[in-house]
Amino acid sequence: MPDQPRIEHPRAERPQSEKPMIEIRDVTRSYGAFKALDDASLTIREGEFFSLLGPSGCGKTTLLRMIAGFDNPTSGSIAVGGQPMEGIPANRRPTNMVFQSYAIFPHLNVEQNVAYGLKRLKLQGAEEKRRVEEALAQVSLTGLGKRRATELSGGQRHRVALARALVMRPKVLLLDEPLSALDKKLREQMQVELRRLQQAVGITFVLVTHDQYEALAMSDRIAVMFGGRIAQVASPKEIYQRPVNRQVADFLGGMNFVKAEIVEESGASLVVDTLGFGRVRTDKPKAFVRNGGGATLGIRPERLRVLWDNATAKFEVAGKVVERHYFGEITHLIVEIPGLEKPLSVTETNDFGADDIPVGTPIRLAYDPEALVAMAD
Amino acid sequence: MRARSRFLPGGWLSVYAFLYIVFLYLPVIFLPIFSINTSPTPKFPLTGYTLQWYEDLPHTPALLDAAWNSLIVGISASVLSTVLGILAARSITRYRYPGRRAINGLIMAPLVLPEVIVAISMLLVMLQLGLSLSLFTVVLGHVLVCIPYSMTVLTSGFEGFDRSLEEASADLGESAFGTFRRVTLPMVAPAIISSLLVCFTISLDEFIIAFFLTGTEATLPIYIWGQLRFASKLPGVLALGTLLLVASFLLMTVAEILRRRAARRTQNEGGLYA
Repeated sequence: MPDQPRIEHPRAERPQSEKPMIEIRDVTRSYGAFKALDDASLTIREGEFFSLLGPSGCGKTTLLRMIAGFDNPTSGSIAVGGQPMEGIPANRRPTNMVFQSYAIFPHLNVEQNVAYGLKRLKLQGAEEKRRVEEALAQVSLTGLGKRRATELSGGQRHRVALARALVMRPKVLLLDEPLSALDKKLREQMQVELRRLQQAVGITFVLVTHDQYEALAMSDRIAVMFGGRIAQVASPKEIYQRPVNRQVADFLGGMNFVKAEIVEESGASLVVDTLGFGRVRTDKPKAFVRNGGGATLGIRPERLRVLWDNATAKFEVAGKVVERHYFGEITHLIVEIPGLEKPLSVTETNDFGADDIPVGTPIRLAYDPEALVAMAD
Repeated sequence: MRARSRFLPGGWLSVYAFLYIVFLYLPVIFLPIFSINTSPTPKFPLTGYTLQWYEDLPHTPALLDAAWNSLIVGISASVLSTVLGILAARSITRYRYPGRRAINGLIMAPLVLPEVIVAISMLLVMLQLGLSLSLFTVVLGHVLVCIPYSMTVLTSGFEGFDRSLEEASADLGESAFGTFRRVTLPMVAPAIISSLLVCFTISLDEFIIAFFLTGTEATLPIYIWGQLRFASKLPGVLALGTLLLVASFLLMTVAEILRRRAARRTQNEGGLYA
């Protein structure tokens, strides 16, 4: 994607390199007739925080384990740092992994766990100690070196697993759902820390996760996978706002789908007719391939706003509230629109009293046509 | 308070439990009691306290020979069955393949086969093979009966061994052998030692198979059996029996402690993050 818009990355503190770090070419992994990974191709750039996102069984872990060397492609090739990985066992690859279970060696203390891989490098005692200390400092575990592995909390185990991998100074750090074992609060804190750490060390991180918010919050780019195939590779914002199909849209949070008829198709835009939203002109997604005369329009629930009293908007739809669900900071409204087969879901912040709208109230919703995304049927 | 009453049942249940334990252990208690009695016949009332029967033990050459034989058989049988047990336990716990349960069942079967029948069948096979009866044949017999115990201890040590520990080791640059030496072995060592101790204890106490398969060399249980014919030797047998009892008890206790430690070590991993 050469015309990756820079403006979508105001938080990419570290300048992004375009140099490829991991090149996955036509990789398939079959178990008998079952294809865990089906002809996947992907380039992960140097210094990038990259996420493989998908439901369980989509092949994301299989792909990660093949990069690490714990599994081999049935066909296709994987290169890391320009070097083909075929025939190179896990212990001689320039990658290190943080396991889902953390795999902390229970018979060693924190320091010994972190120094485990260094032992083979035959470093000087002082040098080894320095690197262990440095790694522990990176993950804020200074002073806990003598702690036994069995006496660590979940968060500390995660940090030890990170330090143990980072101390090896790998070209690529692989993370297999590292936060799934932590409770919500700690997980959110770790997401921020992990992102910061990646920015600080500048190593390419490849994260496997089934949690869309985790992927959105941490990644430079995301590959969304379903059934062994890569559905879309893009920045978090693009994935969220411009999903290539209903599956991707659905997996990344709520989305209202509206049936549409294509009226006019040009290079960059589409004009469609819908029952609820009338005639709409939208951007044509790059990956859009027309399939008959129909298409689907999607709009995120938070991109629909309630119009209060006599307020008007250039683009609006009118309907009736049929359900209301209260979620603390937001309220979820289900709004029936004449002509639409499914009611729209709308999320509205509670600042203006959306939580007090009675069920049955007629309501008008404002939207921005920019927020409507076209998907091929 | 309800929780408490669930664990400390009052009334008849505790009486039952008490009688149960008495029934199990009363006969065993008599052995040490009569072994320090001055009277050579084991009956009440006790006549006085003496350690003479114990002092006589080291001065009985036949007994020392039997002890030595038992030691050789015990060590050989425990090492052999533990090695075989490691291989089997690893395969049972680590891999999934057709017939896995059946194989496990067949390995555990000697536990419930009538020992006399096993002993006779083994005797027939040994003789058919042209092996002359010796301590070696006893070792082979003991391996057969020890393996189920060894398997029980080892599978509980290997079960729940997080496979990603070995992967993590490889990931950190360690070779297959290095991984075995630095991760696998230290993790399962307590289970292995525990298995050795259990097998040694079983071999030390085993009578029927040793009786059928040994030639002229007696192991301790066979020596004791032989001594029972002489009433005057009974106090010595009681003293020896007490020592065997204490040794077995100590070995099994240590083995159980190690087995639990091994199980905790491997399962900890999963337990904490689950």
